[in-house]
Amino acid sequence: MLRRLFKDFRFGLLPVPGRIIAIVFFIVLFIIPLINDSKYTLFVLTTGSLLVIFAVSWDLLSGYSGQVNFGHALFFGVSAYTVALLHKYFELQPWATIPIATLVAVGIGVVTCIPALRLRVPYLSLLTMSFPLMLLGLVMAFKDWTGGEFGIPGIPPLAATHVGEYYICLIVMTVSVLIMWKLTDAGSKYIRTGLIFHAIREDEIAARASGINTINYKILAFIIGGFFCGLAGALYAHVLGTVSISYLSMTMSFRAIIYVVFGGIVSIYGPVVGVYTLQVLLQFAGQAGQNFLGQNQILIMSVIVILVLLFMPEGVAVWIRDKIERECPRCKLTNGFWRKECRACSAPLR
Amino acid sequence: MIEQIIIGTLVTGGVYALLAVGFSLIFGNARVINMAHTGFFMLAAYGLYYFIRRLGLGAAPAIVIIVPAVTLLGILAYRFLINPIREHHAAVLLMTVAIVLVFQESMTAVFSSKYWSIPSLIPGFTDILGVSVLNQHLLVLGVVVAVIAAVWLILARTKLGIALRATAQDAEIATLMGISVPRTLMITMGIATFLAAVAAVVVAPIWTIYPAMWAGPLVMVLVVVVLGGLGSFKGSIIGAFIIALVQVSVAILMPSYSYLKVVFAILAMVIVLIVRPGGLFGVMFEEERL
Repeated sequence: MLRRLFKDFRFGLLPVPGRIIAIVFFIVLFIIPLINDSKYTLFVLTTGSLLVIFAVSWDLLSGYSGQVNFGHALFFGVSAYTVALLHKYFELQPWATIPIATLVAVGIGVVTCIPALRLRVPYLSLLTMSFPLMLLGLVMAFKDWTGGEFGIPGIPPLAATHVGEYYICLIVMTVSVLIMWKLTDAGSKYIRTGLIFHAIREDEIAARASGINTINYKILAFIIGGFFCGLAGALYAHVLGTVSISYLSMTMSFRAIIYVVFGGIVSIYGPVVGVYTLQVLLQFAGQAGQNFLGQNQILIMSVIVILVLLFMPEGVAVWIRDKIERECPRCKLTNGFWRKECRACSAPLR
Repeated sequence: MIEQIIIGTLVTGGVYALLAVGFSLIFGNARVINMAHTGFFMLAAYGLYYFIRRLGLGAAPAIVIIVPAVTLLGILAYRFLINPIREHHAAVLLMTVAIVLVFQESMTAVFSSKYWSIPSLIPGFTDILGVSVLNQHLLVLGVVVAVIAAVWLILARTKLGIALRATAQDAEIATLMGISVPRTLMITMGIATFLAAVAAVVVAPIWTIYPAMWAGPLVMVLVVVVLGGLGSFKGSIIGAFIIALVQVSVAILMPSYSYLKVVFAILAMVIVLIVRPGGLFGVMFEEERL
């Protein structure tokens, strides 16, 4: 067992610079509270890790299986509002509200995919975009129950301390990202979903002709996306202590898309890079609205997105990966940028 | 009651029709879902406010400056921001979202996030069959009819229109027939932005001007365009009036639940999409058919 782990470390991790960076990054995230446990730093990082789950689940649903969803805030908002309503009317605690809210989000995912299964990209996107707006209209129309534009305050926090909350969200984020990464890994020998999602995105008719029940897998994609997004929404409501209509707004849906496309679509690590660059770094640089950067955050974020799209349309993370890693043309193994020959089959690179 | 609903439907539907025709043109020709479409609408409304209220110009010179300026801005945005990345569909979409967010935030920075209004271009009432109608509403209707007729004539009768429709059907074959596709697409974007600017100029005195004023019309335009069928000229116009009728009747008949107007409009779209996945008059392209 130990020898197996050491072998994986020696041959699977060390020669690939992207994986080293990812491991180091997560280790740094885990030791940050030991260095700096100010309330603001941890709050920004906690919400950041929840937004990572939100963005990665969009990448799984829309990037991998090709069901381009413009209304991802639907799952997020439904689950956050479920948490708030359960707490307000039944006084349930986090251990009960989070699973129920996540299940409700999964249910919503199944319901949305019924009309979505018949539609293709432009219509599907516009249809899914309209669902959260519809719910927003309902929330505003029945103000007495949902609080209208003021939302529902007073949701209890996840843990007594900020450090505790930070670690809960960080662990949930790490586990969710790992699960979603495994589910979408097209090279896996045990899990077929990754390969099938790729096939559905590239050519649905060909996938059907190869004997894949594409309808089931599309529903599965909506269920997985809804599950993780709902989880993020429920935790987010507890961390912020309040829900508001901004959770269901069009901006919220677009935030997921902005993070994913900035980092690199159809790559689980892309959204992680996107959130930590655009959300967390900009928050720290803005110093909570104290300077020019903090007051014009959306403007700066949009300008950065425009520049990134013009000069590296595959996304920042993918662009960096292509710079530091090379794929062997013969055996498809990933090599570090410093190598002239493949480390397994010694075929010349480039 | 009835006459209120009729006038409201015609005015709102006319504005939606102008916006939806432009949106549908740019989607049909360039395959670009232009989320910044109502952003140009917002820019034109703010421009009109700036020239009339802050600089004290008359309405006519303000309009003469604003409409071409916004149209030019649209063409430049297409040429330098959208055209270089047209192969990446998700990227184009995000680009248009980023453009409209830049517009919104710069308008907030310049004019703050307050609500502004401007006076009617033609003040007063007119009596039509015993119903008094605001002159501004009549102006909206007249402009909408004239502009849509003009666009229809361009599309149906001129060489440019034939080039536009040919590009919409098959860009590669259009290139083989000697049509410059990039230039055609730039002209399409110009026409679309021009329509948005005209809609803004006539409707700005009725609606309030604020930085997020693009979001509401954008949702309605998307609903209209999906309902009528993406890329269909006739569908956009008919869809606009259907959605406007739903919206205005909900707002007038159930004033305490006026937020439900979005819900009902979207519900109408969902029902149409479940019954007819291509919209009312949509053309399903071979590669998009399931």
